[in-house]
Amino acid sequence: MAVEPVPPAEALLVVEHLTMRFGGLIAIDDVSFIANRREITAIIGPNGAGKTTVFNCLTGFYKPSVGRLTLHHPRRGPFLLERMEGFRIPQQAGVARTFQNIRLFSGMSVLENLIVAQHNALMRASAFSLAGLLALGRYRRAERAAVERARHWLDQIGLIDRADWIAGSLPYGDQRRLEIARAMCIEPVLLCLDEPAAGLNPRETADLNRLLLDIRASEGIGILLIEHDMSVVMGISDHVVVLDYGRKIADAAPQEVRNDPHVIRAYLGEDEDEALPPEVLQDLGDTVKGR
Amino acid sequence: MPGSAATGSASPIVATLKESAVAALVAAVLAVPLLGLQTVQEPGGLTLHTRWTWVGIAVGAVFLGRLLLNVAIAAISQRRAARQQRSATSLGQAVNRYAVSLTAAALLFAVALPFLPFTDRYVLDVSILVLTYIMLGWGLNIVVGLAGLLDLGYVAFYAVGAYSYALFAQNFDLGFWACLPLAGMLAAMFGLLLGFPVLRLRGDYLAIVTLGFGEMIRIILINWQSLTNGSNGITGIPRPTFFGLPFAASAPADTTTFHQFFDISFSPLQRIIFLYYVILVLALITNAFTLRIRRLPVGRAWEALREDETACRSLGINPTNTKLTAFSIGAMFAGFAGSFFATRQGFISPESFVFLESAIILAIVVLGGLGSQIGVVIAAIVLIGGPEIVRQLEEFRMLAFGGLMVLIMIWRPRGLLSYREPTIRLRPRDRRAAVASDAATKALP
Repeated sequence: MAVEPVPPAEALLVVEHLTMRFGGLIAIDDVSFIANRREITAIIGPNGAGKTTVFNCLTGFYKPSVGRLTLHHPRRGPFLLERMEGFRIPQQAGVARTFQNIRLFSGMSVLENLIVAQHNALMRASAFSLAGLLALGRYRRAERAAVERARHWLDQIGLIDRADWIAGSLPYGDQRRLEIARAMCIEPVLLCLDEPAAGLNPRETADLNRLLLDIRASEGIGILLIEHDMSVVMGISDHVVVLDYGRKIADAAPQEVRNDPHVIRAYLGEDEDEALPPEVLQDLGDTVKGR
Repeated sequence: MPGSAATGSASPIVATLKESAVAALVAAVLAVPLLGLQTVQEPGGLTLHTRWTWVGIAVGAVFLGRLLLNVAIAAISQRRAARQQRSATSLGQAVNRYAVSLTAAALLFAVALPFLPFTDRYVLDVSILVLTYIMLGWGLNIVVGLAGLLDLGYVAFYAVGAYSYALFAQNFDLGFWACLPLAGMLAAMFGLLLGFPVLRLRGDYLAIVTLGFGEMIRIILINWQSLTNGSNGITGIPRPTFFGLPFAASAPADTTTFHQFFDISFSPLQRIIFLYYVILVLALITNAFTLRIRRLPVGRAWEALREDETACRSLGINPTNTKLTAFSIGAMFAGFAGSFFATRQGFISPESFVFLESAIILAIVVLGGLGSQIGVVIAAIVLIGGPEIVRQLEEFRMLAFGGLMVLIMIWRPRGLLSYREPTIRLRPRDRRAAVASDAATKALP
C-alpha cells in the first residue's frame, strides 16, 4: 500500500463528552475523540456498543443529551453540530453519511440518485427552480456540471455502464458503493460510513478499501468508519476508536488497539476462570473444553 | 420430492372441499327456516308446510357454486401470479414507447372535438367535466404521485379556488381572467397554511389531517353565512368573457358581444366551446408544468422524498420546505380548476365540495398509476366519462363504478400505467434500446 505519509493534519471533528440517554438507558457515556482531516478513523466495538448512535448524533438524527461536537470546516469555519437542524449538517457543515441498511432512492435511476445528492447546488443554480422552469442557460450549465460530477463518481465506483439502471435493481455490492458515491456528491468534508463492508464478498471488500483510500488521497477529506470487518479496519484506518457499552475503551493506532487487553476482553469476554463461580464452570465444563 | 408435492396438491383440494362444506352448512342453517318452512293460510288457521327439496337444492347449489368459484379463483390466480408484475410494467412500457404518437393523437382529438360531427352539447359538457377532473388529477399527482404525500382533502383547495373567484367577482367586480391567478394564489396560500403544521406527519397521519382539513373548509363555507351565503351557495357568478367580449344573444348598449365582434350568428354553443378550450388549455398547462418540474431539482427532490425521507435529510434536502412546495403547487392547480368550475356552473354551494370529490380525484390518480400523466387521463375518462356513458344503468351506475375500480385494482394493483421513465439519462438512446435495457434491469434478481 503506497500511501503518502500523512502530514500532521489538523483536527476535523472534535467530539467532547458526548452522552446520549434514551430514558434510563445510556447509549453513549461521555465519549470524546478527534477525527483528523485526511485520515480514516474507525469506530469499532461489539454489537450494541453505541457506534451507530454516535453517527446519528453527528448527523443530526439524534440530539445529544450532553456534549459538544465541533466540525472545523476548512473553508466555512467551525460548526457546532449538536445545535444544527438535521438537514443543515450535510448542507452547510458538509457531513455526509451512509446507512447500515442501504437507503438508496431505489425506484430512481443510478444517475438520478447522484443528481438528487447535488440538490442544494442545483437549487441555487436554478434560482429555486425558477430559472430551470424558464429553461435558462444558467440552469442547463449547472445540470451539465452535476452530470459531470456524477460521471466522475460513477467512474470511480465502476458503475458508469449502469448509470441508467434503476438503483434498486443493482446487485448488493454495487448498491453499497453507489451509496458512498451519492454521499460524495454533496462534496463533504467528513464522510461517515456505517458498516460499508457489511455483506460484501472479499473481492468487493478489497475494492471498497481501494475506493476509500482513493477518496482520502484525492479529496483530502476525513472519513469516519463503523466496521466489523477487521480486514477493513486494520487495513486502511489510521486511527481506531473502540467503544464498549457506550464507553470509549481505546483510542489508538490499529496495531496498538489490536493488542490492547481491554479491547480483547470487550470482544472475547472476561477471563472465565476469574469471572464465573466454580459451579457454573462445572456446568459449562464440556463446552469450555470443547473450545 | 414426491411426498411434499402430493401433500401440496392434496391440501388445497381438502381445503376447498372443507370451505364448500362450511358454505353449504351456513346455507342449510339459513335455508331451513327461510325456505324449508312455509306458513300457509288454511281454513283452520296457519299451518306449517315443509319444502325439504328446496332446502336440498339451495344447499347443493351453494356447495357446488363455492367449489367452482374456488377452482376458478385458484386457476386464475396461478396464471396471474406469473404474469402480473410483468404485464403491469410492460403495459406502461408499451404506452411509454408510443407515448409521443399517442399523445399527439389524443391532443389532436381533444383540439378537434368541438367540431366533430357527433359532438353536441351533451358530449361537450361531459368532455368539460372529464377535462376538469384530468386537471385535478394532474394537480393531485404532484402531491400524491411525485411527492408521495397522501392528501385526502384535495377538494378543499378546489373549493377555495371556486369561492375566491365567486367572491372576488361579486364583491370587487373582477373578471375571470383577473381572478384566475388570484384564486390559484389563494389556494396555494391555504396549502402553505395547512402544510406548515401538518407536513411533519407521515403517511396515514397526514391523510387523516388533510381529510379533516377538507371537511373544515366545507363546514366553514356552510356556516359563514355573511360571506358565503351558507348552504344556499352563491348564485349569479359571472360567466367568462372572450377576453372582454361576452357570450350573449344581445349585449347592453356600450359593449360588443362575441358573435357581433366576429360577425357570426349567435349560438349558445359558442360559450360551451370556449369553456372547453379554456379547461383544455388549463389542463395542458398543468401537465406541461409537471413534466418540466420533474426534471428540475425540486421535482427530483419530491420523488426522492417519496422514496426515502431519511436519505433526503442525510443529503441536506430540507424535507419540510420541499413538501410544502409540492403541497402548495398542487393546491394552486386545484385553485385554478375551482375557479373554472365556478365560472362554468354559475352557481356554487358547499354541496359540490364533499369528501366524495376528494376520493374520486384520488381514485383517478391511484388507478391511473401514481406519477403517470397518461394514466391520469385514461383513469379520468374511465371514472368520470364511464358513469356518464352508462347513464342508462341508472341506480346501478355507482355499483358498476365500484365494480370497475375493484377490477382495475385486481388486474393492475399498481395502477393502469406504472412505468417510470428516468428524468435524466447519461446516454440518451433510442427508446427501443432504453426499454430493452429496462427489461433487462427488471429481470435481475
